[in-house]
Amino acid sequence: MPDISAGRLAAADYGKNFSDVHPPLTAHEAVVESDRCYFCFDAPCTIACPTSIDIPLFIRKIGTGNVEGAAETIFSANILGGMCARVCPTETLCEEACVRNAAEEKPVRIGLLQRHATDHYLERHSAFGLRAPATGRKVAVVGAGPAGLACAHELALKGHDVTIFEARGKAGGLNEFGIAAYKATDDFAQREVDFVLGIGGITVEAGKALGRDFTLADLKASHDAVFLGLGLQAVNALGVEGEETAGVVDAVRWIEDLRQSPDKSGIEVGARIVVIGGGMTAVDAAIQAKKLGADEVTIAYRRGPAEMGASRYEQELAQVNGVRILHWVAPKRIVSEGNAVAAVDFERTALDVSGRLTGTGRSVRLPADQVMKAIGQTFVSGPVESGETVALDGGRIAVDAELRTSLAGVWAGGDCIRGGEDLTVQAVDHGKRAALSIHAALSA
Amino acid sequence: MADLRTNFLGIKSPNPFWLASAPPTDKKYNVERAYRAGWGGVVWKTLGEDPAVVNVNGPRYGAIHAGDRRLAGLNNIELITDRPLELNLREIAEVKKAWPDRALVVSLMVPCEELNWKSIIARVEETGADGLELNFGCPHGMSERGMGSAVGQVPEYIEMVARWCKQATRMPVIVKLTPNITDIRYPARAARKGGADAVSLINTINSIVAVDLDSFAPVPTIDGKGSHGGYCGPAVKPIALNMVAEIARDPETMGMPISGIGGIETWRDAAEYIALGCGTVQVCTAVMTYGFKIVEEMIDGMKKYMDGHGFATIEDFRGLAVKNLSDWKYLNLNYIAKAKINQDLCIKCGRCHIACEDTSHQAITHMVDGIRHFEVKDEECVGCNLCVNVCPVEDCITMEAMAPGSVDPRTGKVVPAQYANWTTHPNNPSAVAAE
Ligand SMILES: Cc1cc2nc3c(=O)[nH]c(=O)nc-3n(C[C@H](O)[C@H](O)[C@H](O)COP(=O)(O)OP(=O)(O)OC[C@H]3O[C@@H](n4cnc5c(N)ncnc54)[C@H](O)[C@@H]3O)c2cc1C
Ligand SMILES: Cc1cc2nc3c(=O)[nH]c(=O)nc-3n(C[C@H](O)[C@H](O)[C@H](O)COP(=O)(O)O)c2cc1C
Ligand code: SF4
Ligand code: SF4
Ligand code: SF4
Repeated sequence: MPDISAGRLAAADYGKNFSDVHPPLTAHEAVVESDRCYFCFDAPCTIACPTSIDIPLFIRKIGTGNVEGAAETIFSANILGGMCARVCPTETLCEEACVRNAAEEKPVRIGLLQRHATDHYLERHSAFGLRAPATGRKVAVVGAGPAGLACAHELALKGHDVTIFEARGKAGGLNEFGIAAYKATDDFAQREVDFVLGIGGITVEAGKALGRDFTLADLKASHDAVFLGLGLQAVNALGVEGEETAGVVDAVRWIEDLRQSPDKSGIEVGARIVVIGGGMTAVDAAIQAKKLGADEVTIAYRRGPAEMGASRYEQELAQVNGVRILHWVAPKRIVSEGNAVAAVDFERTALDVSGRLTGTGRSVRLPADQVMKAIGQTFVSGPVESGETVALDGGRIAVDAELRTSLAGVWAGGDCIRGGEDLTVQAVDHGKRAALSIHAALSA
Repeated sequence: MADLRTNFLGIKSPNPFWLASAPPTDKKYNVERAYRAGWGGVVWKTLGEDPAVVNVNGPRYGAIHAGDRRLAGLNNIELITDRPLELNLREIAEVKKAWPDRALVVSLMVPCEELNWKSIIARVEETGADGLELNFGCPHGMSERGMGSAVGQVPEYIEMVARWCKQATRMPVIVKLTPNITDIRYPARAARKGGADAVSLINTINSIVAVDLDSFAPVPTIDGKGSHGGYCGPAVKPIALNMVAEIARDPETMGMPISGIGGIETWRDAAEYIALGCGTVQVCTAVMTYGFKIVEEMIDGMKKYMDGHGFATIEDFRGLAVKNLSDWKYLNLNYIAKAKINQDLCIKCGRCHIACEDTSHQAITHMVDGIRHFEVKDEECVGCNLCVNVCPVEDCITMEAMAPGSVDPRTGKVVPAQYANWTTHPNNPSAVAAE
């Protein structure tokens, strides 16, 4: 009988376990940290930031007591600077590039400083930016994730009227449904959505899905331009025997339930959990399972630590939270007992002489009450393939350097396009850049 | 092991580190704690005549901070001691008796009349104190009453008062100079003419440390108003060192004992004053910031430095820098240096580039073959040292002298081996022919 149940912890522990992983800096800490910034020329951190936030400038403003101005510097480059400060893997972005790494292997804590400034601003303001005079132009944005929201804000700023069509009941995309609970506490995703929309000129039509309720052709007919920020709506299958067994869950769906449940004690979690995958989703699922009271959580990944999609830092975070990471194993079979999962059989893997991943024939069995699949998400092309279609490339939407799709008047960005890094900050950058391209096209 | 003992005007102390006349030396309690911590001597907080002065009852300090709120400069509007003369004198006698091996100098400030000075000196004599320091320096409050820097700014008064005091006492007399004057050599010369045994400097510098931008009043603010105060701490050290140097190399005062004061925080600061000729140094702000314990670092650091250089006593290196003090016009114009960046130490912050690019000589790259890279272009570098000063990594950029005979790529000229200065330079309208 598999051990899967809700309410494994004492009531008080849920709040504690799902509080901020990185508590915000106090005003004093922020000033001390800001002193560490060298105000670099052509700053490497800014170059490494996908949204090119002028990091030395905002840090200098914090240092001079101008926290408000610091936030303005951030928001003018990245309207979701608040969420990015919480979820960006800074250790592979701005903080990795910080020259303080070379100096003493300790970067300026840019992410936390960014959070300090943006939190300060959000506590005092309900919106950012003053709209340019109305242009009378209308733009449709499909998907209210980071890409869609950033695009809509930039377009609204330029004076255009925007309607966001969102398939789900509320806006936010993965910020609302996917990001780990301990990274975006206190309903931050919704507070940020309100802040973005606060500029005005943006209407959100929730519960309206492209492909179901209207077509691309409909949107093109009723709007001057269209932006697609659809994200990835399906998950990869393991393709092994027993995948349909009860107790095998999709990590993204499981996290979504967790995020949407106000009372975390209602979420079912196994005593022994195997998470299959090596990216951020795997790490987030594993840590959150542990925080819900799972006894043993193992991430099983088919390659080594260096190849994992999760950064070294995320891997350490998992380990610090008591998650075991098992490398060089590929799933072969879900073992069931009765109608429920009992274990997963893996084959040990290795690289062959030509550097390709191969099975070694040696197997390992990991007992499990619950198995979480986290081996990547895929783009569902259905909605953009009826009637007027946009070209795909490698299974995702093909775009040019200005984020234009093959279809005139249609732009796309975020996870749904080819070549993205599947990061929140990347989606924001796409949305913003697409908006600037749309604006240029509409102003021509 | 280096011997730090000093003999300054016959006043002996186990080390050259004294506390300057200020709050740290205000009373027996503080002074005994300082001695216990290891300080070699103190100059007691300035005594005046009864009835004692009163201090403001609101804030008396203001400060400027460097990174991480490190106190860089302190401003104060405190006056001389606000305790009764009798009490101070009794405590001085007790302390001197209990601590015979430590220096105890008494600072004095009274109205500019011979009788006033002579009578207070007579009282101090009885305490057994080792010496007197005449406070001609306090720049605020006391100066409005014709004392302190009001005296220190008039060389004739300095000479006159110094003479009265010397006639009145067996004790050595030190004149403490105010920096609030255009040429420090004049008051120093006056002190010597008046027979003073030594000078000590600097006292605090007239300053307004900040303006409150909400109340529009200077800081520190007393009920909406503020007056200028006296500035001290690390920020004043360069000013003080220059004044000490001026006195050390002036033919009229050369050799006169100096007690160096101003911004001393570490053994290194102290050693610099000694290298410029000071026999003792005095500290105030640093102990007001960190407490008396810093003297442990100063003693140990100074010993290690002296051992490393083979100096057995303070006298072995005292004044060694004086001979290298020069007027600008005698600096060697044939000495050519170029900045050099150590690529292994460089962290690629680009500060050197932007400093040189925006404000100097466009002599540092930021990109070489499409790669972020900072390197000095010798053909543009004038050797100004700005990049060295702005680089966050110590010793990452160094100034390298060019060997005589090599060609300076900036001018295309051979670096001459012989010394030549402005006095003989062809561009100097009043140049003299080189000998
Ligand atoms: C579990 C998990 C954890 C993650 N953690 C991090 C992290 O810590 N840091 C980080 O930087 N990134 C993280 N990511 C990645 C990040 O969330 C995404 O890169 C980012 O959200 C992409 O933004 P987007 O706007 O392109 O897509 P999404 O956020 O997916 O938003 C797409 C939106 O479009 C809507 N939509 C889809 N189809 C339609 C349709 N047909 N009609 C109308 N609306 C539609 C969806 O409902 C959704 O609201 C994580 C992802 C997952 C899954
Ligand atoms: C609060 C305060 C009070 C001072 N009072 C006196 C004083 O009474 N007599 C005096 O000669 N100097 C006085 N000074 C000046 C100090 O003795 C010293 O000359 C000056 O602070 C420079 O040294 P520093 O940089 O180490 O502080 C005072 C300084 C401060 C900060
Ligand atoms: S690289 Fe680091 S030190 Fe340089 S500007 Fe960026 S945060 Fe500051
Ligand atoms: S020494 Fe002066 S001129 Fe030469 S590289 Fe440095 S800043 Fe530029
Ligand atoms: S200032 Fe120093 S560390 Fe920074 S780039 Fe220049 S040489 Fe390198």
